[in-house]
Amino acid sequence: MIINKGFSPKHTSEHSLPPGQYETHDFPVLSKGYTPKIDTNNWKIRIHGLVSNPIVLSWNEFNALPSSEITTDIHCVTKWSKFNTVWKGVSLDTLVELVGLQGRATHVLAFTYDDYSTNLPVADILLNKAYIVTEFDQKPLASEHGGPARLLVPHLYLWKSAKWINELKFIDHEELGFWELRGYHRYGDPWKQQRYDSDE
Amino acid sequence: MVIHGNNNVMIAMNDNNWQKARLVKSKMIATDVKSLTFQVDEWIKHKAGQHYDIRLTAENGYQAQRSYSIASAPEDFGIVEFGIQLLSEGEVSPYLFTLQEDDEIEIRGPLGQHFVWETSLSGPLILIGGGSGVVPLVSMLRHRYMAGDTRKTIFLISAQSLDHVLYRDELEAYMQNDPNVEIPITLTQQKPMGWLGYERRVDKEMLQETMGDVLSQKPSIYICGPTPFVEACASGLIDLAVDPSLIKTERFGG
Ligand SMILES: Cc1cc2nc3c(=O)[nH]c(=O)nc-3n(C[C@H](O)[C@H](O)[C@H](O)COP(=O)(O)OP(=O)(O)OC[C@H]3O[C@@H](n4cnc5c(N)ncnc54)[C@H](O)[C@@H]3O)c2cc1C
Repeated sequence: MIINKGFSPKHTSEHSLPPGQYETHDFPVLSKGYTPKIDTNNWKIRIHGLVSNPIVLSWNEFNALPSSEITTDIHCVTKWSKFNTVWKGVSLDTLVELVGLQGRATHVLAFTYDDYSTNLPVADILLNKAYIVTEFDQKPLASEHGGPARLLVPHLYLWKSAKWINELKFIDHEELGFWELRGYHRYGDPWKQQRYDSDE
Repeated sequence: MVIHGNNNVMIAMNDNNWQKARLVKSKMIATDVKSLTFQVDEWIKHKAGQHYDIRLTAENGYQAQRSYSIASAPEDFGIVEFGIQLLSEGEVSPYLFTLQEDDEIEIRGPLGQHFVWETSLSGPLILIGGGSGVVPLVSMLRHRYMAGDTRKTIFLISAQSLDHVLYRDELEAYMQNDPNVEIPITLTQQKPMGWLGYERRVDKEMLQETMGDVLSQKPSIYICGPTPFVEACASGLIDLAVDPSLIKTERFGG
């Protein structure tokens, strides 16, 4: 390791930061392409794969489900972390209960309106670890941040929290998603600094 | 020095591939932007558009990491060049500005497999850069040149003033020597006397005027810059009926 003489921390944070992260107070954007503009009148989410009752929900049907407010920290692989962000959404536990998970389901793939995908182990989306959120800071989620609805899996790097979500597919093996196929880590734990595929 | 030609093969290096990089050249390339060129022991050929992570360690053990796009071409063996914008209140960029020749930092990469362009891709090339967002696009243009590629290329640049245009002399030389390269510039804050170019933020009309027919020839499109800039450019192209799957974006800089 090299010590960089004269280099010293500049911004202090009152929060505990995962390694290599810094605190930001704005909300930067990371996306692979353009920002899709989605009319909630046409919005749908499909939940299928290894489930007993595959479903497709409209915007109104989805918003009729019980929702909760979530206050959580988020960590982006591009090095920023944001603390105490406030969201509103539906826990994936609620959705999983609706469709009934088959015992063989070990992983889930999330797909989106911009043909993005990301992979997660089922264990990482149960027990209120993951949500589909529709509000940020008490306002409808802005399109550049994934509105009208995005996944939120705050214990993993934010690319796992797929923006513009429209599909969850349960499968019995691991299949890599968009960034995971392009050099990023298959799991993405910020506390273990699992940024790139060469990280342990 | 070890040279690796294929960055899909990650080499086992200790400490998750962090390695030392020694500064061999530094040069101001625009107002508040410095080019820093490093020599590395384990040089890995990158794809134009990729980035490295830089890590700085303070004497008390505190570490900071930031990503920086590669400005050099994949053909520039043995070295890695970055174009760094000074954010005077920032933590890392002001320190990088103080580096002297032979100083060492730690880097790892090349990283990222999405925002990349290679001459093996077909179709014309459209690059749209705002501020320091032109850095990865310059790598693409250099790659095109060094590989002897002559495809139609349009590089639209948005900058506050002419002095804020990164690598201006080099870009002008490409334009003068290659009839297939066009580099329209728009200046958003200050224009020199007699400026005939654009003087507003990028909009749909500007995209249409500068790119016209090329937009319908299945171009590869790369947009890089601050988020509002990228949003405006990408949605302008969508309004012009460009297939969204042709557009790749990267967002940084302010
Ligand atoms: C893929 C990628 C490629 C990139 N490529 C380039 C490139 O080619 N060139 C380039 O210049 N940059 C690039 N960047 C951006 C770069 O990684 C850094 O974000 C940038 O250099 C700023 O880092 P910094 O440490 O100097 O500033 P930071 O310390 O991160 O601060 C950024 C800004 O926020 C403010 N700030 C942050 N924290 C606080 C706080 N607690 N209180 C008050 N103010 C605060 C600072 O005043 C500053 O203006 C890239 C980023 C990514 C993700």
